[in-house]
Amino acid sequence: MASLRNCLGRSFVALILLFMSHALSASQQSYDDGVEALTSAKLKKVAVGVQLLIDSKHADSQSILSALLDGKLFRHKKEKTLVQVIDETDEGKTVVFLSDPSRTELITKKRAIKRVPLNNNLRRDIRGFLAAQNIQNEDSSVRSAAIQSLLKGADENSLRVMQEQRKVEQDKDVLFLLDTAIALDTLEKGNTEQKLQAITVLEESLEPDVRNALQVYADKNEDPVSAAASKALDKIAEKADFYSVLETIFFGLSLGSVLVLAAIGLAITFGVMGCINMAHGELIMIGAYTTYVIQLLMPNSIGASIIVAIPAAFVVSGLVGIAIERGVIQFLKGRPLETLLATFGISLVLQQAVRTIFSPLNRSVETPEWMSGSIDINPIFSITLNRLYIILFCLAVFALLFFILKKTVLGLQVRAVSQNRDMARAMGVRSEWVDALTFGLGSGVAGVAGVALSQLTNVGPNLGQSYIIDSFMVVVFGGVGNLWGTLVAGMSLGVANKLLEPMSGAVLAKILVLIFIILFIQKKPRGLFPQKGRAAEA
Amino acid sequence: MISSIQTDNNVVFDKATKIFLGVLAALTFLVIICNTMFEAGSALYIPTYTVTLLGKYLTFALLAVAVDLIWGYLGILSLGHGAFFALGGYAMGMYLMRQIGDRGVYGDPVLPDFMVFLNWSELPWFWHGFDQFWFAALMVVVAPGVLAFVFGWLAFRSRVTGVYLSIITQALTFALMLAFYRNEMGFGGNNGLTDFKDILGFDLQSDVTRLTLFGLSALALACGYIACRFIVTSKLGRLAMAIRDAESRTRFIGYKVENFKLWIWTFSAALAGIAGALYVPQVGIINPNEFSPLNSIELVVWVALGGRATLYGAVVGAIFVNYAKTYFTGVLPEVWLFALGGLFVVTTIFLPKGVAGLMARKEAAA
Repeated sequence: MASLRNCLGRSFVALILLFMSHALSASQQSYDDGVEALTSAKLKKVAVGVQLLIDSKHADSQSILSALLDGKLFRHKKEKTLVQVIDETDEGKTVVFLSDPSRTELITKKRAIKRVPLNNNLRRDIRGFLAAQNIQNEDSSVRSAAIQSLLKGADENSLRVMQEQRKVEQDKDVLFLLDTAIALDTLEKGNTEQKLQAITVLEESLEPDVRNALQVYADKNEDPVSAAASKALDKIAEKADFYSVLETIFFGLSLGSVLVLAAIGLAITFGVMGCINMAHGELIMIGAYTTYVIQLLMPNSIGASIIVAIPAAFVVSGLVGIAIERGVIQFLKGRPLETLLATFGISLVLQQAVRTIFSPLNRSVETPEWMSGSIDINPIFSITLNRLYIILFCLAVFALLFFILKKTVLGLQVRAVSQNRDMARAMGVRSEWVDALTFGLGSGVAGVAGVALSQLTNVGPNLGQSYIIDSFMVVVFGGVGNLWGTLVAGMSLGVANKLLEPMSGAVLAKILVLIFIILFIQKKPRGLFPQKGRAAEA
Repeated sequence: MISSIQTDNNVVFDKATKIFLGVLAALTFLVIICNTMFEAGSALYIPTYTVTLLGKYLTFALLAVAVDLIWGYLGILSLGHGAFFALGGYAMGMYLMRQIGDRGVYGDPVLPDFMVFLNWSELPWFWHGFDQFWFAALMVVVAPGVLAFVFGWLAFRSRVTGVYLSIITQALTFALMLAFYRNEMGFGGNNGLTDFKDILGFDLQSDVTRLTLFGLSALALACGYIACRFIVTSKLGRLAMAIRDAESRTRFIGYKVENFKLWIWTFSAALAGIAGALYVPQVGIINPNEFSPLNSIELVVWVALGGRATLYGAVVGAIFVNYAKTYFTGVLPEVWLFALGGLFVVTTIFLPKGVAGLMARKEAAA
């Protein structure tokens, strides 16, 4: 600092800088004094220290004070200096020295350190300071979190800070939160006129704290405030209902995406080859286990492992699928019921093979960092990221498959074979080759579905079985050999399931959906989007 | 092609049926004699445990005959016949439950233990009447029959066929399984019905009762078999086979295809219900697992292995697969699913007509 002063000791600019650094050193001075005071065992001196730290406006005082508030700040008896506990085990406490953050020590003797004393008055002061500090933080998410924590009741100091912040606040959401917090305070302390005014602000908010506060007034017999409060509550409830329906639909869409992912491969193989692959669920399971294995292979980069797992699962499941087609299904052409039985046998073998290799216990696949967490739209409606990614992933897979079937040569041949096998063969399409590739494609997509499922549930040998009946329902409901049908059917079944759930419970919702499909098939035996033309009669 | 397996299409008691009934009667008497006439420790003694196990196989065989009737002769692959079996079993289980009376753990004279446990104060309406054996016996046939009738009426009328029908029968049994797992349904939740004491006043644990139940199972199998023979040799049976081989053509000739399908389907479901009713007192428990799709599809492979459209093939397949299951799950549990899965594949690819078809081919070669 001294050399800095020497270099810049010439001009006017230097003078200003000199002033600033002087101010800085003054802050440093009171910070140092404050820290010094905290090493005292006397509460009175600690109180002085806290005040000094608050006044110093030093960058580090915030972290020290919050450590103090959490009871993690200790006095090292021998060295007469402050330490902060960072880890506590049965052996003792690991502490870090405030004077030298790189120095840590394991304290095994209980009496070697002593917690810095604190009383309730000091706690309140520190809390107010920290809240005020956060209310004026540069990061708007820190600001809103701080204000949110004050909705339960703000002290004079933070209320004053909030009122100041309100004048300069730019962020609309934070501004609204500030208004809410201030209005809540007015609701408590203001006169009738002000209270009514506050309620008009509060009825826009969805915060649970606001609802609680309004409920208190609605239950009181204090007209006209009570009437206004209950009216505001009705308005909030209406909004909350809307968002809860929105949330249900979102959950439904994410469930539907899982169903679509699981069923779309089945729809392709069923549509083209007319055979039911009961081992489809096990191909999903293989995809999920591939994810698990890849995560074991690259334990240090979980985030990337999911990305690697997608093509890997596609290839592994696809190859298994081609093996099933070449090994079994091609010998059972034109006998769909036998194909169903044979592939069911394969599914049993695959399940048992997984049990033998990986043990019958469930394995959990870690969710990467970038997939966990959620986006908060408002206090009662938030979108969890992994569900959002699954919806997006499902749509991407759908789009890709749609492209393959509509725009590539393979897609053309697949459609030709599915519409009229004999005619396609006469035109020179190698139907055997198309069968194998289609089966590989459908199975590969099942594997990709397995990657997605591994993020939602545990990976176990029965993973596939629990989805196979649902997948059939989606295919049958949507109509065979129709990608759009599968998408619409999967999404609507998912949403219907979730909409029914709160009314009837999860199991009954599932039963109702199954019964609905059974009845639906009676009405439209070929699904929502039946194949048209001569092929449909075959 | 399939008709070539049968020696005569028009006679109820053709050669195969006579042999089958003869063998069944002989073996039943042999088992009864070996169990009662010989002392424990003798080489010829058959323990009661084995008799009960054999009785269980016989009820499975009856179930397989019911499946063969609709799959082999009518061309309907049901992946939900286990549901009818289980419904018959539940009807019998409810009767046995009411017979416990106040001997349950909680000692309630009317309510079964699980209802007391769930704090129910009175018997649900559908449990009334099950203290009478005749009513329970009626429900053994009526409950699966009505379900099959309603389901079949809806399905056949709208011409749901082939794999679609198979899949929705599977959905049916799956939905029922989920429903019966719920405690609120009033069927004991996932524990099901168990702890039975006696049937018609006879102790279920006694050797004589068990032997009688075994004999009754054999009798039921014989009667069911003969009834199915009656159906398949009658005009109705010929129509069934016509429907199996060319449904549209049969319809165009002027037959109401769905009606014929519906009656045979309902009869088959009732037969499965009887099998379930005989199964429950012998194993002593009925729970929602009997509804699981795996059970239903497993019984299809018994029929496939034995040979479709022969009836006796279904019996042979059921007994063989179940014996193998008992053996493997005891000795090498982890091999069983491999074996069962392999059986599915091998049967469908190499034995499209099952063991019965293999025998017929040998006969033709000789």
